[in-house]
Amino acid sequence: MGKKIDIKLIREDGLRHDGRKPDELRPIRMEVGVLNNANGSALVEFGKTKVLAAVYGPRELHPRHMSLPDRAVIRCRYHMAPFSTEERKSPAPSRREIELSKVIREALEPVIFSELYPRATIDIFIEVLQADGGTRTTGITAASLALADAGIPIKDLVAGVAVGKVDGVLVLDIDQVEDEFGEADMPVAMMPTLGKITLLQLNGVLTPDEFKEALKLAEKGIKEIHRLQKEALRKRYVEIKLEE
Amino acid sequence: MSTETIKGKVYVENRQLVLPGDQLAEGEFEVQTPYIYRVGNRYYSAIIGLAVVDENKLNIIPLEGFYLPKVGDLVIGLIIDVGITNWIVDIRAPYRAIMNASDALNRQFNPIQDDLRKYFDVGDYVLAKISVFDRVHNPVLTIKDRGLGKIVHGRIIEIQVSKVPRVIGKKRTMINMLINETGCDIVVAQNGRIWINCNNKELEDILILALKKIEAEAHTTGLTDRTRSFIREEKARRGL
Repeated sequence: MGKKIDIKLIREDGLRHDGRKPDELRPIRMEVGVLNNANGSALVEFGKTKVLAAVYGPRELHPRHMSLPDRAVIRCRYHMAPFSTEERKSPAPSRREIELSKVIREALEPVIFSELYPRATIDIFIEVLQADGGTRTTGITAASLALADAGIPIKDLVAGVAVGKVDGVLVLDIDQVEDEFGEADMPVAMMPTLGKITLLQLNGVLTPDEFKEALKLAEKGIKEIHRLQKEALRKRYVEIKLEE
Repeated sequence: MSTETIKGKVYVENRQLVLPGDQLAEGEFEVQTPYIYRVGNRYYSAIIGLAVVDENKLNIIPLEGFYLPKVGDLVIGLIIDVGITNWIVDIRAPYRAIMNASDALNRQFNPIQDDLRKYFDVGDYVLAKISVFDRVHNPVLTIKDRGLGKIVHGRIIEIQVSKVPRVIGKKRTMINMLINETGCDIVVAQNGRIWINCNNKELEDILILALKKIEAEAHTTGLTDRTRSFIREEKARRGL
């Protein structure tokens, strides 16, 4: 963070290094139901970041003694493919991936009606195929689509985006370069309809005013992502209708 | 957009596609499904489905989902394990079902003398009813009723559980049409397994294609008529 680099993160014309405005998202693509074997699945791309999510369950939990008598156990695995980064990443789960699995699970747990399925488990797999910053929020966005696709009752879709501060400017949806050389990185995930935050992390330094501003920016991005999520879910049914 | 009723405001139309988090209504309504939840006096959908609005009643027909056992449901199970006094049965639910030997054999039995594999072995299909199921117990199956028991002929077709009501149709219109057009015996179980029994291999193939067509187009209208003409076309093409 804060290292000197050759690339100007904010250009003279006020745009970012990739030509985006400070409050602009990367091009987003979402597809639901991409895997046959999973109960629910989704593929989400934020610019060069590409994440696949698969949901299995509710199903029987093994080992049995881990099951809970009053609700389903939710298990989540966030994993980066060895080919997802520029230098090969060891496929073994790293400290970072184990922590992110927990953080993502906690971002999704409040929306799932797990009490409907006592003694069972819901497994969420998040596989990062290509990493260019914002993989945890992309993962959450994909996982909530996969949960909806699996027919698991959820309060709301969860959408996530990271806000950053680069060269003193607050920017929406930061990529790898902005994350590495910027001054702050704040991933946020929300239930957009209910207006509740399920994930909030901050790496770096923001003043209280900047923080409030950043949260507003994240909310704006999340509203847009939520709209795209709903569009992706609706598209499957509209497509079949058109075939008639 | 909303419609005013005596009980409050409704924000969706009947049979409209709703997604998790979509607000359905505001006020006081009767809700019979776990797939609608309430915050204050506002009602939200929890799954992908079609909203059903009937005066003061709200419901959702799920478009995605899995089988959740209910007491009294007719199911087709697959034996996956044989125990000393019971069988473990897969019914495509989050929980494995149990079928007790005392129930299935309908007589006194001695676990030392009787080998349960003689009656049902791993890989057998069984048509059964769910007799017991709640939050703390796995489903228990019974075959003590007419027509229930081991399935020894015909074929089993699996479809998505959410498409089962469509295969049966309103007042059984769809299934009656399928039976009349193909002449096959069809038993649709609530867990998305269908047992078909045909005299003719070609008719069996046509019926399977028709079932898959219904599954793929379950959310469209006029499906019964389209499926009927599909079967007739296929029959003509195969010279039946």
